[in-house]
Amino acid sequence: MEWETVIGLEIHAQLSTKSKIFSSASTLFGQAPNSQACAVDLGLPGVLPVLNVEAVNKAIKFGLAVGAHINQRNIFDRKNYFYPDLPKGYQISQMDIPIVGEGEIEITVDGEVKIVGITRAHLEEDAGKSVHDMFNEYTAVDLNRAGTPLLEIVSEPDMRSAKEAVTYAKKIHSLLQYIGICDGNMQEGSFRCDANVSIRPIGQEELGTRAELKNINSFKFLERAINLEVERQQDILEEGGSVAQETRLYDAVKHETRSMRSKEEANDYRYFPDPDLLPVEISNELMASIKASLPELPVEKKARFIAQLGLNEYDADVLTSQKSLADYFEATLEDNEKNAKLCANWVMGELSALLNKNQLEIDQSLVSPQALSLLVTRIGDDTISGKIAKDVFKAMWEGEGSADEIIKSKGLKQMTDTGEIEAIVDDTIANNTAQVEQFKSGNEKILGFFVGQAMKATQGKANPKLLNELLRKKLS
Amino acid sequence: MSLSEQQVSQIAYLARLSLSDSELKDNTKDLNAILGLAEQLGAIETDGIEPMAHPLHMTQRLRADVVTEVDQSELFQSIAPNVGNHHYLVPTVIE
Repeated sequence: MEWETVIGLEIHAQLSTKSKIFSSASTLFGQAPNSQACAVDLGLPGVLPVLNVEAVNKAIKFGLAVGAHINQRNIFDRKNYFYPDLPKGYQISQMDIPIVGEGEIEITVDGEVKIVGITRAHLEEDAGKSVHDMFNEYTAVDLNRAGTPLLEIVSEPDMRSAKEAVTYAKKIHSLLQYIGICDGNMQEGSFRCDANVSIRPIGQEELGTRAELKNINSFKFLERAINLEVERQQDILEEGGSVAQETRLYDAVKHETRSMRSKEEANDYRYFPDPDLLPVEISNELMASIKASLPELPVEKKARFIAQLGLNEYDADVLTSQKSLADYFEATLEDNEKNAKLCANWVMGELSALLNKNQLEIDQSLVSPQALSLLVTRIGDDTISGKIAKDVFKAMWEGEGSADEIIKSKGLKQMTDTGEIEAIVDDTIANNTAQVEQFKSGNEKILGFFVGQAMKATQGKANPKLLNELLRKKLS
Repeated sequence: MSLSEQQVSQIAYLARLSLSDSELKDNTKDLNAILGLAEQLGAIETDGIEPMAHPLHMTQRLRADVVTEVDQSELFQSIAPNVGNHHYLVPTVIE
């Protein structure tokens, strides 16, 4: 039987506030255990939560960026369950009226544009961290993370493959960084994904029973975990069994998902409005000022790259896929916009290749955008050819100086003197009479041979366009 | 609406309450009496009325995003049942 995969994602993004969502303790990562867990975070008797204005502002920012309806009156609820890293015995979250309602986001998969619906996004507090391997007979609890503001972004079950799910997750990840509300650090847990996965026979309207996959902390694992779960469900259904609705933990080491039975019994959270928190009201003025403060969004930037810089759809998509990449690219365009296509090629080509090879991120590049811009300028004004430029670029990466310095010290300046090139062309023709005959008898391809020979004679410095013209002229 | 003893027992489990048989019976009876009282509200026409989230007619005041708390972990841990390596210790939880 042919199956169709149906995926919805729940993304937990830590909002990059200085203090926690309901207390004035710091949210800094990596501090001494429990040094940032105050009385409110510990749920000591008598404490009261007070909502952080920045958490609210950042949630609104997200909502506006995905064109969502903002609930200008929203409510906090208690989600009740017992776990040692949840000191109060409930998590403050939003159930009935979340801050962000329905929105949508556009993704491109294999050249096809697809709209993924966002069901809602709500504010909640993060839990602490349980450490199971520090002591033999105890679980150790660090509550520094307890109370860190989270925005849980829930998608519609609109994705049909692991690839689409990863593309969507990356898109959200990038957007959060564009609008500056989450640092996106997956190793530190600032951005976490749960995937709801089910399958159904192709053509069937009704959704299959879903499993919820947890504990996925990289895009690679997201793809693997989903594919693994799809296979598991197919095996069950094809053998005539039925999929249980359950939470499953992805184990990246064993490459398997396994049932988390303990979660099932507790899956009755008895939500009710938190009496400690009044309804939140968002004024029209606040909405307007946040809207005005939004930076250019990826989708807008992409459209501008196409319209204003003449980039193609693919290049514009790649260059806007990450804020840091777009920032780098735009920095190369300063006083150099006429070479935009060339800059794009270099950023996506040589630069990305070297970054990959050295396992560096774009903001760790050893060549600054300004330095690359100068190199591209020198290609644009015919000082060097694109081929020579690759050597110059490598030397720049090795720290040998600026493009101009390297071109000068290595004597790489392109030969543009017609007389000089002409002499070499004459030599080349004189030394290769057999090939000249071939060319004259109609073998046009042999021209490449002459170009190669002449280039070799000039150590690659001849202006290729000029060289080609002269060769053609002299040969015919 | 009324609750069965089995439902009350399930609620007690979720709240980590241990009830003896007689407590279960009493609680079921009491809870159903309370629900019966609340059920009288069903007679009121509530179409078009926005559910109330809070009895106070006020909205939430917001706090500036400023860190003012200092590290008091030593004080807090002095009253904890068990601590080690600056962590709160609890019986092993296995996932």
